Amino acid sequence: MENRVLQLKFLLVIGIPSMLGLAGTAFAENLPEYTLVLKDHIYQPSEIKVPAGTKFKIILRNEDATAEEFESTDFSREKIVPPNSSVTVYVGPLNAGHYGFFGDFHQNTAKGRLIVE
Amino acid sequence: MPGVALLVFREVLEAALIISIICAATRGVARRGLFVSIGVGIGIVGALLVAVGAGVIARLANGSGKEIFDAGALLSAVVMIGWHVLWMSKHGRELSQQMSAIGNAVRTGSSSLMLLLTVVALAVLREGSETVLFLYGMAVGGVGVPGLIGGITLGVGGGALLGLALYFGLLRVPMKIFFKVTNWMLVLLAAGLASTAARVLVQADLLPSWGTQLWNTSWLLSNGSLFGKTLGILVGYDASPAGIQIVFYAITLLLLGAGMQWLKTPSAPPTSARPTWDRSVQ
Repeated sequence: MENRVLQLKFLLVIGIPSMLGLAGTAFAENLPEYTLVLKDHIYQPSEIKVPAGTKFKIILRNEDATAEEFESTDFSREKIVPPNSSVTVYVGPLNAGHYGFFGDFHQNTAKGRLIVE
Repeated sequence: MPGVALLVFREVLEAALIISIICAATRGVARRGLFVSIGVGIGIVGALLVAVGAGVIARLANGSGKEIFDAGALLSAVVMIGWHVLWMSKHGRELSQQMSAIGNAVRTGSSSLMLLLTVVALAVLREGSETVLFLYGMAVGGVGVPGLIGGITLGVGGGALLGLALYFGLLRVPMKIFFKVTNWMLVLLAAGLASTAARVLVQADLLPSWGTQLWNTSWLLSNGSLFGKTLGILVGYDASPAGIQIVFYAITLLLLGAGMQWLKTPSAPPTSARPTWDRSVQ
Protein backbone atom coordinates (compact mmCIF):
# COMPACT_ATOMS: atom_id res chain seq x y z
CA MET A 1 0.00 0.00 0.00
CA GLU A 2 2.82 2.41 0.81
CA ASN A 3 4.26 1.83 -2.64
CA ARG A 4 0.98 2.74 -4.18
CA VAL A 5 0.80 5.95 -2.21
CA LEU A 6 4.28 6.87 -3.37
CA GLN A 7 3.56 5.98 -6.97
CA LEU A 8 0.36 7.97 -6.95
CA LYS A 9 1.89 10.98 -5.32
CA PHE A 10 4.64 10.83 -7.90
CA LEU A 11 2.05 10.68 -10.65
CA LEU A 12 0.28 13.67 -9.16
CA VAL A 13 3.40 15.76 -8.91
CA ILE A 14 4.40 14.88 -12.46
CA GLY A 15 0.91 14.78 -13.96
CA ILE A 16 -0.40 18.18 -13.07
CA PRO A 17 2.55 20.31 -14.07
CA SER A 18 2.81 18.32 -17.28
CA MET A 19 -0.69 19.51 -18.16
CA LEU A 20 0.98 22.86 -18.54
CA GLY A 21 3.29 21.55 -21.20
CA LEU A 22 0.45 19.90 -23.10
CA ALA A 23 0.50 22.02 -26.17
CA GLY A 24 3.41 24.35 -25.84
CA THR A 25 3.05 28.08 -26.03
CA ALA A 26 4.30 30.85 -28.24
CA PHE A 27 1.56 31.73 -30.64
CA ALA A 28 0.19 35.27 -30.43
CA GLU A 29 1.83 36.59 -33.60
CA ASN A 30 0.02 39.42 -35.33
CA LEU A 31 -3.14 39.40 -33.31
CA PRO A 32 -5.39 42.44 -33.67
CA GLU A 33 -4.89 44.88 -30.83
CA TYR A 34 -7.41 47.17 -29.21
CA THR A 35 -6.40 49.82 -26.74
CA LEU A 36 -8.50 50.87 -23.79
CA VAL A 37 -7.61 53.74 -21.53
CA LEU A 38 -8.87 53.98 -17.99
CA LYS A 39 -9.02 57.50 -16.64
CA ASP A 40 -11.03 58.80 -13.71
CA HIS A 41 -12.36 55.24 -13.44
CA ILE A 42 -13.99 55.43 -16.89
CA TYR A 43 -13.10 53.28 -19.90
CA GLN A 44 -12.32 55.13 -23.10
CA PRO A 45 -13.67 54.10 -25.51
CA SER A 46 -16.56 52.44 -23.78
CA GLU A 47 -17.32 50.29 -26.81
CA ILE A 48 -14.93 48.32 -28.96
CA LYS A 49 -15.92 46.63 -32.21
CA VAL A 50 -14.10 43.37 -32.86
CA PRO A 51 -14.54 40.73 -35.54
CA ALA A 52 -16.26 37.48 -34.61
CA GLY A 53 -14.26 34.27 -34.58
CA THR A 54 -10.91 35.98 -34.15
CA LYS A 55 -8.59 35.97 -31.19
CA PHE A 56 -7.40 39.44 -30.22
CA LYS A 57 -5.75 41.33 -27.44
CA ILE A 58 -6.88 44.23 -25.36
CA ILE A 59 -4.19 46.57 -24.14
CA LEU A 60 -5.47 48.41 -21.13
CA ARG A 61 -3.69 51.47 -19.85
CA ASN A 62 -4.62 52.63 -16.39
CA GLU A 63 -3.96 56.36 -16.03
CA ASP A 64 -5.45 56.54 -12.57
CA ALA A 65 -3.45 56.67 -9.39
CA THR A 66 -4.97 53.48 -8.01
CA ALA A 67 -5.25 49.91 -9.23
CA GLU A 68 -8.25 48.57 -11.09
CA GLU A 69 -9.38 45.08 -11.93
CA PHE A 70 -10.44 44.71 -15.54
CA GLU A 71 -13.18 42.12 -15.46
CA SER A 72 -15.80 40.49 -17.62
CA THR A 73 -18.10 37.70 -16.60
CA ASP A 74 -19.40 37.57 -20.19
CA PHE A 75 -16.06 36.56 -21.66
CA SER A 76 -14.47 35.33 -18.41
CA ARG A 77 -11.51 37.57 -17.88
CA GLU A 78 -10.12 39.35 -14.86
CA LYS A 79 -6.85 41.10 -14.52
CA ILE A 80 -5.42 43.60 -12.07
CA VAL A 81 -4.10 46.77 -13.70
CA PRO A 82 -1.66 48.58 -11.41
CA PRO A 83 -1.78 52.40 -11.36
CA ASN A 84 -0.12 54.21 -14.26
CA SER A 85 0.68 51.06 -16.18
CA SER A 86 -0.53 48.88 -19.03
CA VAL A 87 -1.56 45.25 -19.17
CA THR A 88 -2.48 42.93 -22.01
CA VAL A 89 -5.42 40.56 -21.92
CA TYR A 90 -5.97 37.95 -24.62
CA VAL A 91 -9.60 37.36 -25.54
CA GLY A 92 -11.58 35.15 -27.88
CA PRO A 93 -12.27 34.00 -30.49
CA LEU A 94 -15.82 35.02 -29.59
CA ASN A 95 -19.16 34.45 -31.25
CA ALA A 96 -21.05 37.50 -32.50
CA GLY A 97 -22.86 39.37 -29.79
CA HIS A 98 -22.46 41.97 -27.06
CA TYR A 99 -20.14 41.31 -24.14
CA GLY A 100 -19.97 43.61 -21.16
CA PHE A 101 -16.83 44.37 -19.18
CA PHE A 102 -16.29 46.51 -16.13
CA GLY A 103 -13.80 47.66 -13.55
CA ASP A 104 -14.39 45.50 -10.52
CA PHE A 105 -13.20 48.22 -8.17
CA HIS A 106 -15.37 50.98 -9.65
CA GLN A 107 -18.40 49.25 -11.04
CA ASN A 108 -20.56 52.36 -11.11
CA THR A 109 -18.37 54.23 -13.57
CA ALA A 110 -15.97 51.79 -15.21
CA LYS A 111 -18.25 50.08 -17.69
CA GLY A 112 -17.92 49.12 -21.32
CA ARG A 113 -18.74 46.45 -23.86
CA LEU A 114 -17.34 44.55 -26.77
CA ILE A 115 -19.41 44.47 -29.91
CA VAL A 116 -18.44 41.31 -31.72
CA GLU A 117 -19.70 41.09 -35.28
CA MET B 1 -19.87 51.39 2.21
CA PRO B 2 -22.27 48.98 0.43
CA GLY B 3 -19.86 48.81 -2.50
CA VAL B 4 -16.94 48.07 -0.20
CA ALA B 5 -18.91 45.43 1.67
CA LEU B 6 -20.02 43.74 -1.54
CA LEU B 7 -16.56 43.45 -3.04
CA VAL B 8 -14.96 42.31 0.20
CA PHE B 9 -17.74 39.75 0.58
CA ARG B 10 -17.14 38.31 -2.88
CA GLU B 11 -13.40 38.04 -2.29
CA VAL B 12 -13.80 36.57 1.19
CA LEU B 13 -16.40 34.09 0.00
CA GLU B 14 -13.95 32.01 -2.03
CA ALA B 15 -11.43 31.71 0.77
CA ALA B 16 -14.20 31.07 3.32
CA LEU B 17 -15.71 28.21 1.33
CA ILE B 18 -12.31 26.60 0.79
CA ILE B 19 -11.46 26.92 4.49
CA SER B 20 -14.82 25.38 5.44
CA ILE B 21 -14.32 22.34 3.26
CA ILE B 22 -10.81 21.92 4.62
CA CYS B 23 -11.97 22.25 8.22
CA ALA B 24 -14.66 19.65 7.60
CA ALA B 25 -12.24 17.35 5.81
CA THR B 26 -9.81 17.47 8.74
CA ARG B 27 -12.52 16.88 11.31
CA GLY B 28 -11.11 15.14 14.34
CA VAL B 29 -7.51 15.96 13.51
CA ALA B 30 -5.72 17.40 16.51
CA ARG B 31 -4.46 21.01 16.25
CA ARG B 32 -6.18 21.68 12.94
CA GLY B 33 -7.65 24.94 14.26
CA LEU B 34 -4.16 26.19 14.99
CA PHE B 35 -2.91 25.18 11.56
CA VAL B 36 -5.84 26.77 9.75
CA SER B 37 -5.41 29.99 11.75
CA ILE B 38 -1.71 30.12 10.93
CA GLY B 39 -2.63 29.52 7.28
CA VAL B 40 -5.02 32.48 7.35
CA GLY B 41 -2.38 34.63 9.02
CA ILE B 42 0.30 33.77 6.50
CA GLY B 43 -2.22 34.36 3.72
CA ILE B 44 -3.03 37.85 4.98
CA VAL B 45 0.63 38.82 5.32
CA GLY B 46 1.28 37.37 1.86
CA ALA B 47 -1.67 39.28 0.43
CA LEU B 48 -0.27 42.56 1.74
CA LEU B 49 3.13 41.79 0.22
CA VAL B 50 1.62 40.79 -3.15
CA ALA B 51 -0.52 43.94 -3.17
CA VAL B 52 2.50 46.15 -2.46
CA GLY B 53 4.46 44.33 -5.17
CA ALA B 54 1.56 44.24 -7.64
CA GLY B 55 3.28 46.58 -10.08
CA VAL B 56 6.48 44.56 -10.04
CA ILE B 57 4.68 41.22 -10.39
CA ALA B 58 2.58 42.53 -13.27
CA ARG B 59 5.68 43.52 -15.23
CA LEU B 60 7.42 40.15 -14.82
CA ALA B 61 7.54 37.68 -17.71
CA ASN B 62 6.57 40.24 -20.35
CA GLY B 63 3.47 41.24 -18.49
CA SER B 64 2.29 37.73 -17.66
CA GLY B 65 3.73 37.76 -14.15
CA LYS B 66 0.42 37.89 -12.33
CA GLU B 67 -1.08 35.08 -14.38
CA ILE B 68 1.95 32.86 -13.84
CA PHE B 69 1.85 33.65 -10.13
CA ASP B 70 -1.87 32.91 -9.87
CA ALA B 71 -1.65 29.73 -11.92
CA GLY B 72 1.28 28.60 -9.78
CA ALA B 73 -0.70 29.22 -6.59
CA LEU B 74 -3.74 27.44 -8.00
CA LEU B 75 -1.87 24.41 -9.28
CA SER B 76 0.11 24.10 -6.03
CA ALA B 77 -3.20 24.01 -4.20
CA VAL B 78 -4.43 21.33 -6.62
CA VAL B 79 -1.38 19.16 -5.95
CA MET B 80 -1.65 19.58 -2.19
CA ILE B 81 -5.36 18.90 -2.05
CA GLY B 82 -4.78 15.87 -4.25
CA TRP B 83 -2.08 14.66 -1.89
CA HIS B 84 -4.39 14.95 1.08
CA VAL B 85 -7.26 13.25 -0.73
CA LEU B 86 -5.07 10.27 -1.59
CA TRP B 87 -3.78 10.10 1.96
CA MET B 88 -7.34 10.22 3.27
CA SER B 89 -8.59 7.50 0.98
CA LYS B 90 -6.02 5.28 2.62
CA HIS B 91 -6.56 6.42 6.21
CA GLY B 92 -10.11 7.72 6.17
CA ARG B 93 -11.64 4.54 7.46
CA GLU B 94 -9.30 4.33 10.43
CA LEU B 95 -10.04 7.96 11.12
CA SER B 96 -13.82 7.41 11.15
CA GLN B 97 -13.43 4.34 13.31
CA GLN B 98 -11.19 6.06 15.81
CA MET B 99 -13.47 9.05 15.92
CA SER B 100 -16.53 6.92 16.56
CA ALA B 101 -14.58 5.07 19.22
CA ILE B 102 -12.96 7.85 21.17
CA GLY B 103 -15.08 10.75 20.12
CA ASN B 104 -12.49 13.21 18.99
CA ALA B 105 -8.94 14.37 18.46
CA VAL B 106 -7.09 11.91 16.34
CA ARG B 107 -3.39 12.47 15.94
CA THR B 108 -2.59 12.14 12.29
CA GLY B 109 0.23 12.93 9.99
CA SER B 110 1.37 16.47 10.48
CA SER B 111 2.42 16.50 6.82
CA SER B 112 -1.24 16.54 5.91
CA LEU B 113 -1.80 19.50 8.22
CA MET B 114 1.08 21.41 6.67
CA LEU B 115 -0.41 20.84 3.23
CA LEU B 116 -3.78 22.12 4.36
CA LEU B 117 -2.17 25.12 6.02
CA THR B 118 -0.58 25.95 2.69
CA VAL B 119 -3.83 25.53 0.77
CA VAL B 120 -5.59 27.89 3.19
CA ALA B 121 -2.74 30.40 2.98
CA LEU B 122 -2.81 30.33 -0.84
CA ALA B 123 -6.58 30.82 -0.95
CA VAL B 124 -6.40 33.81 1.39
CA LEU B 125 -3.40 35.18 -0.47
CA ARG B 126 -5.01 35.13 -3.90
CA GLU B 127 -8.26 36.73 -2.87
CA GLY B 128 -6.71 38.94 -0.23
CA SER B 129 -4.25 40.76 -2.48
CA GLU B 130 -7.10 41.99 -4.69
CA THR B 131 -9.03 43.10 -1.64
CA VAL B 132 -6.03 45.06 -0.37
CA LEU B 133 -5.61 46.85 -3.71
CA PHE B 134 -9.31 47.63 -3.82
CA LEU B 135 -9.40 48.95 -0.25
CA TYR B 136 -6.33 51.07 -0.86
CA GLY B 137 -8.02 52.56 -3.93
CA MET B 138 -11.15 53.27 -1.93
CA ALA B 139 -9.14 54.94 0.81
CA VAL B 140 -7.35 57.15 -1.72
CA GLY B 141 -10.67 57.82 -3.42
CA GLY B 142 -12.02 59.35 -0.24
CA VAL B 143 -14.08 56.60 1.36
CA GLY B 144 -13.61 57.43 5.04
CA VAL B 145 -12.38 55.16 7.78
CA PRO B 146 -15.90 54.38 9.07
CA GLY B 147 -16.99 53.36 5.58
CA LEU B 148 -13.95 51.15 5.13
CA ILE B 149 -14.22 49.50 8.52
CA GLY B 150 -17.98 49.04 8.16
CA GLY B 151 -17.56 47.58 4.68
CA ILE B 152 -14.79 45.22 5.74
CA THR B 153 -16.78 44.08 8.76
CA LEU B 154 -19.92 43.42 6.75
CA GLY B 155 -18.04 41.77 3.90
CA VAL B 156 -15.87 39.53 6.02
CA GLY B 157 -18.82 38.76 8.29
CA GLY B 158 -21.05 37.81 5.38
CA GLY B 159 -18.41 35.61 3.77
CA ALA B 160 -17.61 33.95 7.07
CA LEU B 161 -21.31 33.29 7.72
CA LEU B 162 -21.69 31.44 4.43
CA GLY B 163 -18.52 29.51 5.18
CA LEU B 164 -19.83 28.55 8.62
CA ALA B 165 -23.15 27.51 7.11
CA LEU B 166 -21.34 25.17 4.75
CA TYR B 167 -19.18 23.81 7.56
CA PHE B 168 -22.04 23.07 9.92
CA GLY B 169 -24.09 21.68 7.05
CA LEU B 170 -21.27 19.27 6.30
CA LEU B 171 -21.01 18.22 9.94
CA ARG B 172 -24.52 16.82 9.66
CA VAL B 173 -23.37 14.26 7.15
CA PRO B 174 -23.40 10.83 8.87
CA MET B 175 -19.98 9.74 10.11
CA LYS B 176 -20.14 6.57 8.03
CA ILE B 177 -19.87 8.47 4.78
CA PHE B 178 -18.49 11.72 6.15
CA PHE B 179 -14.93 11.50 4.85
CA LYS B 180 -16.14 10.08 1.56
CA VAL B 181 -18.25 13.21 1.10
CA THR B 182 -15.53 15.65 2.17
CA ASN B 183 -12.98 13.81 0.04
CA TRP B 184 -15.13 14.14 -3.05
CA MET B 185 -15.76 17.78 -2.27
CA LEU B 186 -12.02 18.28 -2.14
CA VAL B 187 -11.63 16.50 -5.48
CA LEU B 188 -14.22 18.76 -7.11
CA LEU B 189 -12.63 21.80 -5.51
CA ALA B 190 -9.24 20.77 -6.88
CA ALA B 191 -10.66 20.14 -10.35
CA GLY B 192 -12.26 23.60 -10.32
CA LEU B 193 -9.00 25.23 -9.25
CA ALA B 194 -7.18 23.42 -12.07
CA SER B 195 -9.77 24.71 -14.53
CA THR B 196 -9.30 28.25 -13.21
CA ALA B 197 -5.54 27.91 -13.59
CA ALA B 198 -6.07 26.96 -17.24
CA ARG B 199 -8.30 29.99 -17.79
CA VAL B 200 -5.73 32.31 -16.26
CA LEU B 201 -2.98 30.91 -18.49
CA VAL B 202 -5.15 31.25 -21.60
CA GLN B 203 -5.79 34.87 -20.65
CA ALA B 204 -2.02 35.48 -20.76
CA ASP B 205 -1.70 33.47 -23.99
CA LEU B 206 0.50 30.92 -22.26
CA LEU B 207 -1.83 28.05 -23.10
CA PRO B 208 -3.98 27.44 -26.16
CA SER B 209 -7.70 27.68 -25.45
CA TRP B 210 -8.66 24.62 -27.50
CA GLY B 211 -11.96 26.21 -28.28
CA THR B 212 -13.55 29.14 -26.48
CA GLN B 213 -17.24 29.20 -25.64
CA LEU B 214 -17.79 25.49 -26.11
CA TRP B 215 -21.18 26.16 -24.63
CA ASN B 216 -22.77 29.05 -22.81
CA THR B 217 -25.11 28.64 -19.88
CA SER B 218 -24.95 32.28 -18.76
CA TRP B 219 -28.69 32.58 -19.43
CA LEU B 220 -29.25 29.89 -16.84
CA LEU B 221 -26.58 30.72 -14.29
CA SER B 222 -24.08 33.51 -14.78
CA ASN B 223 -20.55 33.39 -13.40
CA GLY B 224 -21.18 36.79 -11.86
CA SER B 225 -24.20 35.76 -9.78
CA LEU B 226 -23.73 34.73 -6.17
CA PHE B 227 -24.91 31.20 -6.81
CA GLY B 228 -22.85 30.91 -9.98
CA LYS B 229 -19.76 32.08 -8.14
CA THR B 230 -20.38 29.74 -5.21
CA LEU B 231 -20.79 26.78 -7.56
CA GLY B 232 -17.70 27.97 -9.40
CA ILE B 233 -15.66 27.65 -6.22
CA LEU B 234 -17.22 24.42 -4.95
CA VAL B 235 -17.38 22.38 -8.14
CA GLY B 236 -15.66 24.53 -10.75
CA TYR B 237 -18.79 25.74 -12.51
CA ASP B 238 -18.03 28.01 -15.48
CA ALA B 239 -20.87 29.25 -17.68
CA SER B 240 -18.72 29.38 -20.79
CA PRO B 241 -15.51 27.38 -20.42
CA ALA B 242 -12.64 27.04 -22.86
CA GLY B 243 -11.73 23.56 -24.07
CA ILE B 244 -8.47 23.52 -22.16
CA GLN B 245 -10.32 24.22 -18.91
CA ILE B 246 -12.36 21.09 -19.43
CA VAL B 247 -9.17 19.14 -20.11
CA PHE B 248 -7.59 20.38 -16.86
CA TYR B 249 -10.79 19.68 -14.96
CA ALA B 250 -11.16 16.18 -16.36
CA ILE B 251 -7.51 15.23 -15.83
CA THR B 252 -7.65 16.28 -12.18
CA LEU B 253 -10.92 14.46 -11.66
CA LEU B 254 -9.66 11.31 -13.35
CA LEU B 255 -6.28 11.26 -11.61
CA LEU B 256 -7.74 11.76 -8.16
CA GLY B 257 -10.83 9.62 -8.71
CA ALA B 258 -8.76 6.72 -10.01
CA GLY B 259 -6.15 7.22 -7.28
CA MET B 260 -8.79 7.11 -4.57
CA GLN B 261 -10.27 3.90 -5.91
CA TRP B 262 -6.86 2.36 -6.20
CA LEU B 263 -5.81 3.21 -2.65
CA LYS B 264 -9.13 2.57 -1.01
CA THR B 265 -8.80 0.63 2.22
CA PRO B 266 -10.41 -2.78 1.75
CA SER B 267 -13.50 -3.36 3.84
CA ALA B 268 -11.91 -6.12 5.92
CA PRO B 269 -10.42 -4.72 9.14
CA PRO B 270 -6.79 -3.98 8.43
CA THR B 271 -4.28 -6.28 10.04
CA SER B 272 -0.95 -4.59 10.03
CA ALA B 273 1.07 -7.80 10.31
CA ARG B 274 0.22 -8.99 6.82
CA PRO B 275 2.22 -7.82 3.85
CA THR B 276 0.39 -5.06 2.04
CA TRP B 277 0.36 -6.84 -1.30
CA ASP B 278 -1.90 -9.60 0.02
CA ARG B 279 -4.71 -7.22 0.67
CA SER B 280 -4.48 -5.20 -2.46
CA VAL B 281 -4.54 -8.15 -4.86
CA GLN B 282 -8.03 -9.52 -4.78
